[in-house]
Amino acid sequence: MNLAYRDVRHSLGRFLLTCAGLGLLLGVVLAMIGIYRGLVIEALTIARAPAVDLWVVEAGTRGPFAEASRIPGDTREAIARVGGVAQTGSVTYQTVETEHMARKLRLYVIGYEPGRLGGPPRLVAGRGLARSHYELVADRSAGLVLGDRVQLGREVFTVIGLTEQQVNSGGDPAVYISLLDAQKLQFDMAPPAARQQLARGTARTSLDTVNAVVARLLPNATPDDVAEAVRRWKHLAAITQEGQESILTQSLVDRARRQIGLFTSLLLVVSAVIIALIIYTMTMEKLKQIATLKLIGAPDRTIIGMIVQQALALGLIGFTIGATLILNVKDYFPRRVVLEPDNVLVLAAIVFLVCLLSSGLGVRAALRADPATALGG
Amino acid sequence: MAKPEPHEPLVRLRNVSKHFGDGETRVDALKEVSLEVFPREVVALLGPSGSGKTTLLNAIGCILEPSSGWMQLDGDVVYEGRWLRSDLRRLRLDKIGFIFQFHNLLPFLDATDNVAVVPSLAGASAAAARRRAVELLDYLEVGHRKSAFPAKLSGGEAQRVAIARALANRPRIILADEPTAALDSKRAGIVMDLLRKLAVEQDAAIIAVTHDEKIFDRFDRIFHLRDGRLDQTAPGQPE
Repeated sequence: MNLAYRDVRHSLGRFLLTCAGLGLLLGVVLAMIGIYRGLVIEALTIARAPAVDLWVVEAGTRGPFAEASRIPGDTREAIARVGGVAQTGSVTYQTVETEHMARKLRLYVIGYEPGRLGGPPRLVAGRGLARSHYELVADRSAGLVLGDRVQLGREVFTVIGLTEQQVNSGGDPAVYISLLDAQKLQFDMAPPAARQQLARGTARTSLDTVNAVVARLLPNATPDDVAEAVRRWKHLAAITQEGQESILTQSLVDRARRQIGLFTSLLLVVSAVIIALIIYTMTMEKLKQIATLKLIGAPDRTIIGMIVQQALALGLIGFTIGATLILNVKDYFPRRVVLEPDNVLVLAAIVFLVCLLSSGLGVRAALRADPATALGG
Repeated sequence: MAKPEPHEPLVRLRNVSKHFGDGETRVDALKEVSLEVFPREVVALLGPSGSGKTTLLNAIGCILEPSSGWMQLDGDVVYEGRWLRSDLRRLRLDKIGFIFQFHNLLPFLDATDNVAVVPSLAGASAAAARRRAVELLDYLEVGHRKSAFPAKLSGGEAQRVAIARALANRPRIILADEPTAALDSKRAGIVMDLLRKLAVEQDAAIIAVTHDEKIFDRFDRIFHLRDGRLDQTAPGQPE
C-alpha cells in the first residue's frame, strides 16, 4: 500500500495547487536561465553571423563591438593579400533610431558589400541585396515586412528581405544595407555641418572608412598565425573569432551576465528554501498520523518513503508545470529566452536534489515523532 | 518463546517503576507496579490526571522504557532492567493492538485500507490484507461503510473501524486509551460489549484506560492508580 500516493490522492486539489505554486516559481527560475542564455547567445549572434575566422580592426582597439574602430576602406584589399586568407569583406556597424508607422524603431545597421563576407547568414523571406543603394534586409523582430519603407538618415530604404534572430547584444534588431549606404549613413555629415567644416578650411573626411574587415581563412591556415602576420605587417589589430567571442561575453555583456547569473542563483536558493518549507509543513501537519503509524508498528522506511515520495512528486509535478509554462510563453518575451535541453535537465536535477535534501528536514521531524503522542497522553 | 497456557497471564508486570528526571526534579510516575492480566479478561486502569495511567499504558505498549522491573507480554519476556527485544516496532505490530480515544484513523485511507494497513505493514499481500480488513469490518458490523473515509464516518462507526484495525494482526493484547470517551452512553455500552465479545472470541486480554463511570460494571477487574501505585478494586466500586 503506497501511503504517499493515497495521501496525495485524498487531498489532490490542495497538492496540485501547491505544485502549481512551486511550478510558477520554477518557471521563473527557468525563465531567468533562459534569459541568461539568451543574453549570451544574442551577444554572439552578430559576431557569428558572417562565419569568419578573423576580425581586423583599428590598431590598439578591441573593436568593432567592444570599442570603436575606424580603418580605411581599402584595408580589405590589403588583408586579402595576406597569406592564408581565402575571402574578405568590409563591414560597418552602427545603432540608428528612426520612426516607422508612428513608432520608434531602434536598429543595429550593418553595412557590407553584397557578394562579399559580412552579409546576413540566412534569409527567411524575400531576397538579398541586389542593388547598391536603398535596399534593406531586416530582422523579423524589428516588426518590418517586405515592401516596408524605412527612413535611415536622409535616405529611405525598402525592405526586400527578412532574417530571423539577428539582434545585437542590446537586443536591437539588425538590418543589413550596402556598405556604400552604411558609410554614407555613418560618416557623411549633414550639409550645414559640411559647409561649416569647409569654411574652417578643414579637409573633408573620406567616406571610404569601415569599422572592420572580416576574413575567412584557407583550411590549412591557423587564425593565430594570420592574426600575428596582420598585426606585424599591416599595423592593425587582428582578433580571431574565438577572441572576438571571448571579448563579447567577458567584456561587453559581462556585468549583465553576472547580474542575471547571481539573480538566478538567488532564485534557486529561494526555491530550495520554499520547497524545504512546503515539505516540512506537509510533514508537520501529519505528525499525529505519523505517530499513529509508528505506534501500530510501521517501520521507519515506510514513513521516510512516504515523505520522500511526496517531496519528489511535488518537485516533479512543479517542475513539469514550470517547464511547460515557460516553454509556451518564452517567445512572448521582448528578448530571446533560450532553453537548451541541457539547461532544463540540469535544473531538473537540481530540483530533484533540493527535494531530496529538503525532505531530510521533514524526515528528521517524522523520525523524532514520539509514538506515545498518538495515545494523547 | 513459548505460547502461554490458557490460564497463564498474557500481560505480566513485576515491580515496574518509571521515573522522569533526577534529583530535585525527579518525578516517580510508576512505583513498583505489579500486574497480571489473563486471556479473555477486560480490565480498567483508573486514576486522576497525572496518576501514571498513560505512562503504564505506554510501558505495556513498549513505547516507553521503564526505569526498572520485569515485563512479559504474550509469553515473551520483553523487559528486565532493559529492553530484551531490539525490534520493539515488530513486537507492537505482532502482539499488541491499540485503540485510541479519538480513533486516530488515517484520514487519507478509506475504512478498509485503514484496517488493511496493519497486515500490509506485517508483510501480508495487498489482497490478503484487504480480505482480512473486510472480514473484520463485517464482523464488527461496519462492513457497509468499508469504502467510506474517516471524515464521513460517525463516531461509533469510526471507533469500530479503529477496533478492527487493532485486531487486524490477531494480537492477543489490546490496549485501549479511553475508548469510549468520544461516544455517548449508548454507543459506549455497545463498544464495551464489543470489546468483551472480542476478548472472549479472540482469546485476548484488554486493558483500557478510562474515566467513564458508565462503563465500570463492564470490566472484570478495575485497577486504580494513585501517585504511581496500583491498587485493585472490585468492579462497580472504583473508589
